[in-house]
Amino acid sequence: MPTLVSHPDEVKVISRRFGMGATDIEKYIELDGYKAVQQAIAEGPEWIINTMKTSGLRGRGGAGFPTGMKWSFVPKQSEKPKYVLVNGDESEPGTCKDHVIFREDPHAVIEGTMIAGLAIGSKLGFIYLRGEYRYLLKIVEKAVADAYAKGFLGKNIFGTGVDFDIITQTGAGAYEVGEESALMESLEGKRGVPRIKPPFPAVVGLYGGPTVINNAETIANAPHILLMGGEAFAKLGTERNGGTRLFGISGHVERPGVYELPMGYNLRKAIYDVAGGIKDGKKLKAVVPGGASCPVLTADEIDVGLDFDQMGKAGTMLGSGGIVVLDETVSIVEFALRTIAFYQHESCGWCIPCREGTDWIKKTLTRVHAGGGTRKDVDNVQYLAENMMGRTFCPLGDAAAMPTLGFVKKFRKEFEDYIDGHKAGTPIITVQELVGAH
Amino acid sequence: MSTIANTIFSPELAARFDKLVTIYPLRRSALVPMLLYAQDEIGYVSDAVVTEIAQRIGILELDVRNVLSYYSMLRTKPAGKYNLQVCTNISCMLRGGYEILDHCKAKLGIGHKQVTPDGLFSLEEVECIGACCWAPAMQINYDFHDDLTTVKVDDIIETYRNGQGKDVK
Repeated sequence: MPTLVSHPDEVKVISRRFGMGATDIEKYIELDGYKAVQQAIAEGPEWIINTMKTSGLRGRGGAGFPTGMKWSFVPKQSEKPKYVLVNGDESEPGTCKDHVIFREDPHAVIEGTMIAGLAIGSKLGFIYLRGEYRYLLKIVEKAVADAYAKGFLGKNIFGTGVDFDIITQTGAGAYEVGEESALMESLEGKRGVPRIKPPFPAVVGLYGGPTVINNAETIANAPHILLMGGEAFAKLGTERNGGTRLFGISGHVERPGVYELPMGYNLRKAIYDVAGGIKDGKKLKAVVPGGASCPVLTADEIDVGLDFDQMGKAGTMLGSGGIVVLDETVSIVEFALRTIAFYQHESCGWCIPCREGTDWIKKTLTRVHAGGGTRKDVDNVQYLAENMMGRTFCPLGDAAAMPTLGFVKKFRKEFEDYIDGHKAGTPIITVQELVGAH
Repeated sequence: MSTIANTIFSPELAARFDKLVTIYPLRRSALVPMLLYAQDEIGYVSDAVVTEIAQRIGILELDVRNVLSYYSMLRTKPAGKYNLQVCTNISCMLRGGYEILDHCKAKLGIGHKQVTPDGLFSLEEVECIGACCWAPAMQINYDFHDDLTTVKVDDIIETYRNGQGKDVK
């Protein structure tokens, strides 16, 4: 079971109810629960969307798209029903924040879903959890049932004449389904293969109707934002990066855990102060700052603010907030191979650059790792990754190429030294052990 | 009484499926959950499961198989009563995920996607299970076990062997 952690630098907005028994609906109500949605019903869609825009909240799944703007793209008039779809298919390696939200504060996700529904004029929301999160699905299902029993969901919610329903859904194991159009395919009972865009989901989404798709953390922020006001939330963060977010710090740190920090918080402080520094007094080698798909930062590059824009300027991404810390003992060759082995396993195979690119990079790095590489292999890996970028229908191709490029560009010498030194050497672990399962 | 005569599922699951196909705007949306819930009860997605689910939703068996082959948690062969799924993705790897996997292999005498002769345990190396901050981690059936050490793994396996572990349906 996840252990809750705490640090004085945390600013608790979304994690305010963590550890307080808020899965119980009475406790949730006691802690200001279901107030925001009633205010939202009273104030109307325009007020909701304006408050969300003012808050500067950007999508917490990784893309960082402004939430208020996304909601405003949904056409007011639509012949087909509109839908809200909550993405709880959390699968980006290094990311476990939604896990904690579902476990500690499921009603915040439900209330946020209702608020999004009110904003766009939808009467039905879906909360989709990855199949591995069965125990969390049970928590969310119970929370939904409790909300129905109270009259907060269903017909005539809170006696206001408004109807809103929520259906919970389980996946069955697929990273790719975390991509929004693949998620809709999965929910429609198909293989999780992405759709061609445009049309975007806001226009043609689930069952052909206009659909808002948000990450679970994004959605769970909505009730807090409406209660505290958009400006107050925005002020917690940096320019164009409102509020706080959950950062999951994992790998070689003394105190791994999910911490809520203001947007723009310094990455070095997050690692050394909040997470207690590098485990066992070792030295820092590198950081993968926002889930496995984000280009690596070296130990010299971590004086950077954790928001979408500053991370972009630093040549990487804020991503899903999963900060993976690597100490001096880690072999980048091995780490790069494990990363591409994951993406090769998860590529749905529709787009050739992704299907073939991930496979050939994995094959090449497998050979390098086994001690049979040549220096030209490093060029070849870079060439393959560069030719995947921007050439696939969904971001999985980029997600595989970007970290690969980061590793071979920033640690080229390590790859070359490894190749030169391992001509007749022994790999650290065998290839079968490393990628045999896939 | 289930809408399907001679259902292969328990009365509870059959009743659940009767309802599940009606709650969505399209019946087919029930497909992925049904496959997983059927697997939880039967142990794997058998030919009979495919036939009945296709019938319940009103699609071809081919459509069911097409979806079945996409999702990594769905299997067409039985696993052990307790399926150990050890994560070796980056956060777990950094904190000893491969040592845990190797330990499980040695302890149970089986490899990836293999089942012990008594049918009690099976082992899988899996991708990220969303327990990165509590790594290394594994799931046994649907239960999470985290902050693992080889000693802890031994204890957990013994607990399941003695029938005291959970068996989530």
